[in-house]
Amino acid sequence: MIDFELPENIVRLREAIHALATEHMRPISREYDEREHEKPWEFLRMMWEISKGTTITGEADGALREARGTRHLASVVSTEELSWGDAGLYLSIPNAGLGGAAVAAAGTPEQKQRFLARFREGEPKWGAMAITEPGCGSDTAAITTTAVRDGDHWVLNGTKIFCTSGLMAAEKSEGFVVVWATVDRSAGRAGIKAFVVDHHTPGMKVTKVEKKLGIRVSDTATLVFEDCRIPLDNILGSPEVEKERKEGFKGAMATFDATRPVVAASAIGVGRAALDFTREALEKAGIRIRYGTPPTKLTAVERDFMDMEANLQAARLLTWRAAWMMDRGMRNNLEASMCKAKAGLAVTRVTQKAVEILGPLGYSRKYLLEKWMRDAKINDIFEGTQQINLLIVARRIFGYSSRELN
Amino acid sequence: MVGFEPSEDQKLVQETVRSFAREQIRPRARDADETGEIPAALVEQAWGLGLVQGTVPEAYGGFGNELSAVTGALVAEELGWGDLSIALHILAPSLVTVPLLEFGTEAQKREVLPTYTGENFRAATAALVEPRFGFDPAEMETVAEKKNGGWILRGHKCFVPLADEAEHMLVYARTGGPGLENVGVFLVRRGTPGVEILEREKNMGIKGLRTFEVRLSDVRLPAEARLETGEAGVRRLLDRSRVALAALAVGVSRAAFEYARDYAKERKAFGVAIAQKQAIAFMVAEMAIEIDATRLLVWEAAWKLDRGEDATREAVLAKQYAAERALEITDNAVQVLGGHGYIRDHPVEMWLRNARGFATFEGLAIV
Repeated sequence: MIDFELPENIVRLREAIHALATEHMRPISREYDEREHEKPWEFLRMMWEISKGTTITGEADGALREARGTRHLASVVSTEELSWGDAGLYLSIPNAGLGGAAVAAAGTPEQKQRFLARFREGEPKWGAMAITEPGCGSDTAAITTTAVRDGDHWVLNGTKIFCTSGLMAAEKSEGFVVVWATVDRSAGRAGIKAFVVDHHTPGMKVTKVEKKLGIRVSDTATLVFEDCRIPLDNILGSPEVEKERKEGFKGAMATFDATRPVVAASAIGVGRAALDFTREALEKAGIRIRYGTPPTKLTAVERDFMDMEANLQAARLLTWRAAWMMDRGMRNNLEASMCKAKAGLAVTRVTQKAVEILGPLGYSRKYLLEKWMRDAKINDIFEGTQQINLLIVARRIFGYSSRELN
Repeated sequence: MVGFEPSEDQKLVQETVRSFAREQIRPRARDADETGEIPAALVEQAWGLGLVQGTVPEAYGGFGNELSAVTGALVAEELGWGDLSIALHILAPSLVTVPLLEFGTEAQKREVLPTYTGENFRAATAALVEPRFGFDPAEMETVAEKKNGGWILRGHKCFVPLADEAEHMLVYARTGGPGLENVGVFLVRRGTPGVEILEREKNMGIKGLRTFEVRLSDVRLPAEARLETGEAGVRRLLDRSRVALAALAVGVSRAAFEYARDYAKERKAFGVAIAQKQAIAFMVAEMAIEIDATRLLVWEAAWKLDRGEDATREAVLAKQYAAERALEITDNAVQVLGGHGYIRDHPVEMWLRNARGFATFEGLAIV
């Protein structure tokens, strides 16, 4: 069926999260943006208690468990709502995060138990994923961090940057970091494996927390690995370098099929915040959007607003579709990249246009709109830049391998 | 419950129309554009698909399928993929049947609908747009005046498809002050005195479709000629029309995208296919994303219509978005083909001319 009605339990979930975002996120939004690296512990503890923490690891609880067969749809809807509250705070919420998604996608049952069970108990914890290096971003096959087998251990050496919640996962909680490293540089992609490094493992050190354009409350860490020894069975997937099948790499890449729609949803939440703010400001000024009035009679502001609205809704529907496909067990690699590429660009433009339309109201730090514009931009960058996602879409459309189109 | 897959019945319809568009419509698209004529045999063949008469209840001779804007959008996309002129010609009878099904009186349905459920195609049309700057359906210059228990219509319309052969024409006219609630929809039979079909229009695109200016000079109609559109009916008809046009635009966009995609894989430059160059690959990827994005906006608006809800916002946004994307996508398709795209041996220049029209088209199709 072609249908756009959310199931009732997801509507209830959305309403609950909207209330939470209004009450607990918006009021501290500006403060923690300005204080940059400080954590809003009261809020984080509250979120930990509410969720005991996972939305994308497959360990969903409460309202999410109720949403049988609609888990990913519930996830994108709730993510939009949390990011409508504050995208930086949303990213800071203690949970298994991207690291958890990787364990859920590629880990054995034993690994899932060992690394994910902790997110249901005790103190707040974070999971993180470390891929990017100073010399490589999207080109993950160029990873230089090495994992060398030494008896009962893997020994990791290298530097990872731009690791979201890396500080919280590695040093400020009993979390873990999933680190991508090569076991055989001559094997290219086939040599790239993912390793789980537990919190406070000797040899793993946070050396820097980045100062950023936006999402300032979320920590983005540099992690240095120096002869960091981890147990043999902390590898996700097979240690074999299978040049033909590339299972390890593909397993890790599959993580993105699950997480890109969530990032898209987060983007849309920020965009919607900006759109709501703009609509309210226009209404206060006596400007109503006249749908159905011929374009020749519309003001430029009305046309811009409709354009923003349509772009955002288009991105939202692409995102819902990608999530819906996952809920039905369909492969959504193409659709996940489509929604991410569309949403990242759409909200970047929507928030920038909103600042332009509202002038001083938009540019002033008295209001949150300028912050949303700064926050929005990250969605066009992380989890695969706009261009990387276009590349993935293009390869699928043309039926090209990464060697044929790069 | 959220879903993105047509029902089994809808898929069947979609597949049928898709093959028809591929096998029958597309091969005749260029000729229709060049000659300005659509072969009658093709129109008859299309009639056999039952797209128009399908949604007419059995009591009036139809097949009694549900009138669904979502199904209509699926059909329109496939036909639009085949060719826009031919699609608009084939669907023209809906311009009368759909409004009648929604807002016709029992007597109107009984009299008119059987005309469009027979063995053969019969043309019908609607006259909405007027030839002047800033046309606004809420402030039309065509007026319907109440006189002696009937109506007198005066005005000047354009973009009236198949006006020369239409058995019935629905005329949209103002019955009072500004506002869509004051717009009346009137059923005008062929040959009614005062209706003057002017010269065939010459357009930049949709050249296969015959469209006309129509002058209405003191056209006297009985009281019963008006449809029962009430307060919100005309708005709903305009929304249905927006959805139809937006769906057609998705079809045109998809045609251009597929052609550019295939060309880019074939065409070599600097030793590789041009599709292997990011400058081209990204353009084509963006086309694909925007086509899916637009289609979902169209489906959502259609879905709201089918639920009987006010869908003006969704329909307006979908139509506007679809019109802009269609222009962008067809233009980029010409660009991907470069010089070859400009030559009439390839269809992309035709699709660009056709797509340009969507910003102008109103009331030219309905689902």
